[in-house]
Order: sequence, then C-alpha cells, then structure tokens
Amino acid sequence: MTALAHRQSVLWIAALVHRLSGLALAIFLPLHFLTLGLAIEGETSLENFLRWSDQPLVKLAESGLVFLLMVHMLGGVRVLLIENLDWHDRQKELATVAAAVSAIVGFILLARML
Amino acid sequence: MNVGLYVWQRLTAAVMVPLVLLHVIVIFYATRKGLSAADILSRTRGSLAWAAFYGVFVVAVAVHAAIGVRNVLAEWSPLKDRDAGILASAFGVLLFLLGARAVLAVVLP
Repeated sequence: MTALAHRQSVLWIAALVHRLSGLALAIFLPLHFLTLGLAIEGETSLENFLRWSDQPLVKLAESGLVFLLMVHMLGGVRVLLIENLDWHDRQKELATVAAAVSAIVGFILLARML
Repeated sequence: MNVGLYVWQRLTAAVMVPLVLLHVIVIFYATRKGLSAADILSRTRGSLAWAAFYGVFVVAVAVHAAIGVRNVLAEWSPLKDRDAGILASAFGVLLFLLGARAVLAVVLP
C-alpha cells in the first residue's frame, strides 16, 4: 500500500469535492452579490443582466453552481453527522447518494431552464 | 483551526442547511417561467421576511466562507497561519458588505 493509496477512497474524494466546491462557491459569491446589487441602480439594470444570462452557456454555469451548492451542503451535512452521531458503516453510500442527488437537482434545473 | 473557529464553522453550517434548501426551492420557483427582475423584486421589495432570511444567510455565509478560505490558505498555500487569517478575515468582511448591499438592493422599497 503506497502513501497515496487513500486518495482512491470514496471518502477522500468526498472530502476533496467538499473543499473544492466550497472554494468555487466562495469565488462565485462576490459576483452573485454584485449582480443582485445592480437592483440599487433600478430594475432595468438587473433585468439587462438577466437577459444577458439567458445564454445557454450561462445557464449551464448556473446549473453547475446549483450542483456545487447542493454537493457542498450535503457534504457538510455528512460531516456534521459523522462528528455528532455514532459512526456507521454506510459513509461511502451516503457520500455517493449526496453526489447523485446534487447532480440530479442540477440536471433538472438545467432541463427546466433550457 | 482553533476550537473557536471550528465551532463557528459547524454552527454556521448547521444554520445554513435549511437556508440553502429553501434558497434552492426559490431558485426552482423563480426560474419556472424564466427569471425576470420584475418577478424577483415584486417578491422581495418591502418584505421583512426575505430581508431577515437573506440577512441571516449573508452573515452565516460570510463567517463560514471566511473560515473555509482561511483553512484552505493555511493548508494549501505558503502563507503563514496569521497571514491566512488576515486575508480570510478581509474576504469575510468583503462578503458581508457585498451581501448586505445585495440584500438591501432587493428588499428596500
């Protein structure tokens, strides 16, 4: 067993996904707030941005962000459960279900918006 | 990460679980027939409930993200703990200010 063998574990990947999704959301948030702040200038400014965001690529990015939000939140719930409740053996299944649910939510949103 | 930061990280995470779920539901609702500024602002302007909801959300996410960014900087960058803390705190303050501005922008009548 090499020193890096743990990196093939589903739970190590879950921890990495949790960290990277959190980082991506932290980078996105200031832009999200700046966008909403356009409403200070009036409804038209916000509306103009929203019409720009109708582009398929932007919608794809928005669905990706909802996926990241869901996967980070569910990954966080997993961490809270591990830390506060008794350990059980279904951690890998929980992590996989969290990723699957997030992907389904992201895809449904994309399908509705396109 | 010291105990104080650990507790704040977990506390804000727990607070945000229902907030994120409701936010995602709102996203689905708001996009049901395409996003429009008129729709969004008609829901939020003058609403104390949305001001409180998103106000709490902004405070929680500013604290949570700042601690997370601090951990990433401390573990993945060459920055010393103290510098990572200063940079992450500045990021948290920026998030709070931009978030508060965004909430005011959509709730003020």
